[in-house]
Amino acid sequence: MRRFAELYEQLDATRATGRKLALMVDYFRDSDDEAAAWALYFLTGRRLKRLLSPTRLKAWAADAAGVADWMLVSSHAHVGDLAETIALLFDDGSAGDPELVSRDLGAWVAELRALAQADEAVIGAQLAAWWRGLPLRECFLLTKLLTGGLRVGVSTGLATRALAQALAQDENLIAQRLMGDWQPDAALITRLRAPPDAGTVASQPYPFCLAAPMDDAPADLGSPSDFLIEWKWDGIRAQLIRREGQVFLWSRGEELLAGRFPEIEAAAMALPDGTVLDGEVVCWRDGIRPFAELQRRINKQKPGRRLLDEAPVRYLAYDLLELGGNDIRDQSTRQRRQQLDGVIAASTAAITISPLVSAEDWATLARLRTEARSRGVEGLMLKHADAPYTRGRRRGIWWKWKVDPLTVDAVLVYAQAGHGRRSNLYTDYTLAVWDGDALVPVAKAYSGLTDKELTQMDRWIRQHTIERFGPVRSVQPLQVFEIAFEGIQQSKRHKAGVALRFPRIHRWRQDKPAAEADHLQALHALLDAVTPS
Amino acid sequence: MAGLIETRPEGLYCAAGDFHIDPWRPVPRAVITHAHADHARAGHGVIWCARESLGVMHQRLGQAAPIRPLEWREPLTLGRARVSLHPAGHILGSAQVRVEAREGVWVASGDYKRDPDPTCTPFEPVPCDTFITEATFALPVYRWPDPADVVADVFHWWRQAADNGQPAVLFCYALGKAQRVLNGLLAHTGQTVYLHGAMTPLVTVYRAAGVAMVPTEAVSAQSRDHDWRGHLIVAPPSAAGTSWMRRFRGATTGFVSGWMRVRGNRRRRGYDQGFVLSDHADWRGLVDSIRATGCQRVLATHGHSDTLVRYLREHGWQAAELGTPFEGEADG
Ligand SMILES: [Zn+2]
Ligand SMILES: [Zn+2]
Repeated sequence: MRRFAELYEQLDATRATGRKLALMVDYFRDSDDEAAAWALYFLTGRRLKRLLSPTRLKAWAADAAGVADWMLVSSHAHVGDLAETIALLFDDGSAGDPELVSRDLGAWVAELRALAQADEAVIGAQLAAWWRGLPLRECFLLTKLLTGGLRVGVSTGLATRALAQALAQDENLIAQRLMGDWQPDAALITRLRAPPDAGTVASQPYPFCLAAPMDDAPADLGSPSDFLIEWKWDGIRAQLIRREGQVFLWSRGEELLAGRFPEIEAAAMALPDGTVLDGEVVCWRDGIRPFAELQRRINKQKPGRRLLDEAPVRYLAYDLLELGGNDIRDQSTRQRRQQLDGVIAASTAAITISPLVSAEDWATLARLRTEARSRGVEGLMLKHADAPYTRGRRRGIWWKWKVDPLTVDAVLVYAQAGHGRRSNLYTDYTLAVWDGDALVPVAKAYSGLTDKELTQMDRWIRQHTIERFGPVRSVQPLQVFEIAFEGIQQSKRHKAGVALRFPRIHRWRQDKPAAEADHLQALHALLDAVTPS
Repeated sequence: MAGLIETRPEGLYCAAGDFHIDPWRPVPRAVITHAHADHARAGHGVIWCARESLGVMHQRLGQAAPIRPLEWREPLTLGRARVSLHPAGHILGSAQVRVEAREGVWVASGDYKRDPDPTCTPFEPVPCDTFITEATFALPVYRWPDPADVVADVFHWWRQAADNGQPAVLFCYALGKAQRVLNGLLAHTGQTVYLHGAMTPLVTVYRAAGVAMVPTEAVSAQSRDHDWRGHLIVAPPSAAGTSWMRRFRGATTGFVSGWMRVRGNRRRRGYDQGFVLSDHADWRGLVDSIRATGCQRVLATHGHSDTLVRYLREHGWQAAELGTPFEGEADG
């Protein structure tokens, strides 16, 4: 554990990508296969389930550290991270118990999982012993594992590259082999070491090709005829695999969506064996339905009859990655698309093709893009016709040309301290619009302000606090922010009757008095304008 | 209970002796605990401070400032109050102010710390009835590592930068912290360290007061094309991100402050490396010092005074927050 705790701290302390890469390569070279597999597990963003609730951890920690509960709460509010707070409280500068410090990461995970099943008293006593016996860095890591909050600031791509370098393997091959489900054990590293022709597992998806955002005029890209153009669907990106008589549906987060969308899985049984599609799961009833309807399906492991009727889904296929068991990702977009047409022609209503949008020139496309919201889509996708299907976000292959965000001017009413890097700053704002003389909250947005503006606002918030509720402060309604958002939906759960999708702070309207912020009617009018009829 | 010291718009005021302590507006008679800008302001009629701080005080307030230095524990009678200064261990010449009159004995701590620091006289607990304490780091998560270990980390970081062919720019407060680091480095090296312009006069004053430090030279005295790789440069935080930094191409940066104890602060400040070294007391330092005075009553200022006050009340003290109208970020 000592070595991984050290790596975690070093990665946390640097922002230089090259340095992060070097640190990970060193780690992988130094460690045995099991330790490497566990490190990989965390470095690629996988997480343990939360083993113990923060409330229970706080109670045990306060008790064992001999501080009052309220002191742990105010320390936590100041530090911003529970695991760090606990580690700081127990740190007495000592080197810790060597047996605990040297215990393998895998062994720790097994210990923690077993402990979570034990009696309250046993858990409390064991945690106290560990917290006291581990030095600061290791105590922090252990508690992060307990809260399920261990996150390392590296991308999956970078971790993959580091491992590929350490194993002297091709990076794309390692990325491919790391897709989907795997267990962090020594056998994983053995599989990754195997020569390129060693084959794959039936369920294994391909790494997704990601689109780069296009903010400028598309005219620089050349002619529209160099691109295959589609609508950008507002659904769940998913890879549909038909291999060895089975069907696997993977989300972009590499989560197996088995059982959630039975209509798609059933339809996929009709695809020829050895087929892999890339596409989008959307809610569809006489056309695409708002994302909120799809949301009802997302977390339902086994949807009932009624939900299936009320929120039917379909898979809109837009790419073909494997045909007849052959990986065709190196072929051009145009070639893959032609073969996709052939494959989808034979399928049912639950799997259809994402149609191409054709236009003579960019001006026409720009006009179509402005219709996106009323069509229930997010904008346009431009895919270079001659490009292969590549891994990750490479500029020039796929572009997303999203419709401009909607905006509204709202008043700051509550502020909350941020987490991690910004734990001592009030960075999370609740914003409200006028409803008559009252302000109704419409969005919670992380500030998109610069560090300098944040510090300025932080001071302002402290000076204009009306009341404090734990980590939240209500403030005098004086500051106006323009918030941008991607969509708006009716919502019974929100007091305002509407919910904004992906709200974020666009601009600090220091020029605008609070009285001139927007009214709720304006949002209701937007709602009417964007709802597909 | 009759108060010997109260808060006035000008700052802490003692009516029995008709003088202020660390006033932020010009007053006729001021007792100043130490030379940091949030405590020492110019424009007062007469200033009393510790003799040990005379050099830094003149450096900050001007050579003509009407200062009357006092020895440690030297009695001074003002009105019907007996006043004396006692070491606070914060920076060179930092003092606690003891005031005695028929209302009892009050001590205003100014800023103080309990960790060893060879650059100033160590804190001395002064028995009193009411203790006015700072509370900059009054949360139990603040616990300082051994200062010798921290300076060793700074040295190790500098060596690492030298191995990588990088300049190492260390940011820290110009008064107190910088000299403490330069003194600590003597245990590791005799190599010259380079100073930002804001540091030089204060380092000179510390040397004049007999504080030993590694050799130093001004950055500005070096030629334009000086090769900075492998050198340690010490600068105030205000220099970070300015054009002055451009000459140290590819530098690694570090920041020395008690605030660096918390990861969120380390990340937010954007330095490559944080070193936890403070001239203020940590949580234990505060509680132990309060206990050592034997006081019944505590008034807390600066920082997390609410936490300290609640803790003290739960543990049998009378305690209250003492409002100060100006609360910038305290020097960590
Ligand atoms: Zn000070
Ligand atoms: Zn101060």
